[in-house]
Amino acid sequence: MSSLQTWPLWEIFIRARGGLDHKHVGSIHAVDATMALEHARDVYTRRQEGVSIWVARSTDIVASDPADAAELFEPARDKVYRHPTFYEIPDEVKTL
Amino acid sequence: MSEALRIDYVLQLADSSLILGQRLGEWVGHAPALEEDLGLANTALDLIGQARLLLTYAGELEGRGRDEDQLAFLREEAEFRNVTLVEQPNRDFGHTIVRQVLFDAYQLELFERLQSSSDGRLAAVAAKAVKETRYHLRYSGSWLVRLGDGTGESHARVQDALERLWPFTRELFEEQPADLEICARGIGPGLAELRQAWSARLDALLTEATLTRPADAPYRWFGRRGVHSEHLGYILAEMQYLQRAHPGARW
Repeated sequence: MSSLQTWPLWEIFIRARGGLDHKHVGSIHAVDATMALEHARDVYTRRQEGVSIWVARSTDIVASDPADAAELFEPARDKVYRHPTFYEIPDEVKTL
Repeated sequence: MSEALRIDYVLQLADSSLILGQRLGEWVGHAPALEEDLGLANTALDLIGQARLLLTYAGELEGRGRDEDQLAFLREEAEFRNVTLVEQPNRDFGHTIVRQVLFDAYQLELFERLQSSSDGRLAAVAAKAVKETRYHLRYSGSWLVRLGDGTGESHARVQDALERLWPFTRELFEEQPADLEICARGIGPGLAELRQAWSARLDALLTEATLTRPADAPYRWFGRRGVHSEHLGYILAEMQYLQRAHPGARW
C-alpha cells in the first residue's frame, strides 16, 4: 500500500439534493483534484447520495484547537436568549 | 431476416458486458488502493447490469423460456458471443486499464449510435448504458494518461499492454454478413463508421498518454462467432460453478 503513503488525503463534501448545503462525508486518497473527484464519486455516491461534490485537500483545512474549547464554546452555554425562541408566532403563520 | 440474427446481435452485446464485468470483479479486494477497488467494482456492476437487461431481452426474443440467469450460467463456451478482447486476463493494473480503454471507447461509440436503433428495446438499454459508459471511459482514460505519461516503468507497462491487446481490437470492427444486415435494418451501426469514430477517440487519448499506436496485425480469434481464446473457459468455470453444482440455487 505504498501508494497510499504518497497520495495526499482529500476531504469530501456532498450535496444531497439541489437547495441543500454540501456536507462533509469523509475522506479519500488521490494524487490530484481530478482523481479526487473521481474517487469521491466512486466511494461516496454509489447509492444516489449526491448531486454535487466538493473536494478539498485535508491540509488546507484549518481547525480549531481542542485545547481552546473552553474559551471558544463554553461561554455560549448560558446565552439562551440567543436562540430565537422568545417570539410569539401569529396563528396566520402556518409553516415556520 | 430471421429473428436469429437479432438474437445473436443482442447476445454479442450482452456477453461482452457480462464477461468484462466478471473479469473486473476479480479485482475486488486486490486493487492497488481502496478507491480503485470501488471504482473497478462500480464499472463491473454497471456492465453486469447492462448484461442483465440484454440477456433478458435475448431470452424473450428466443421464446424458449430462458431467463437472464439461464443464459448467463447454463450456456457452453461456444455459445458465448462476447468479443475476445474482454476475456483477456487482468494481469497488472495497467494492463486492465488498457483493455478497459480499448473497450470503453468502443462501447461508448456503439451505445451512442444504438440510442437511435430501430429496435426500441436496444435503444432504451443504450440510452441508460451510455451514461455509465461515459464515466467508464473517463475513469479508464484518465488512468491511461497518468500511467502512459507517468514514470518510465508505468509507461513501459501500458505500452506493452497496448501491444499485447491491440490485435484483439480487430474483431470489434471486422464486418460479417450478419453485421451488414443488422446495419441495413437500422438495428446497429455500420462497423466501418464505428471504427473511424473509435480510432479518432483513441488516437487523442494515446497522444495525451504519450503512447504509440501499434500496427494492425492479423487476427486469429472470433469470439463473436463463439471461437474464443483459452481464457474464456476458466472464466465460465468460476462464474457458472454454483449454478451447475446447485441448479436453481437462489441468493
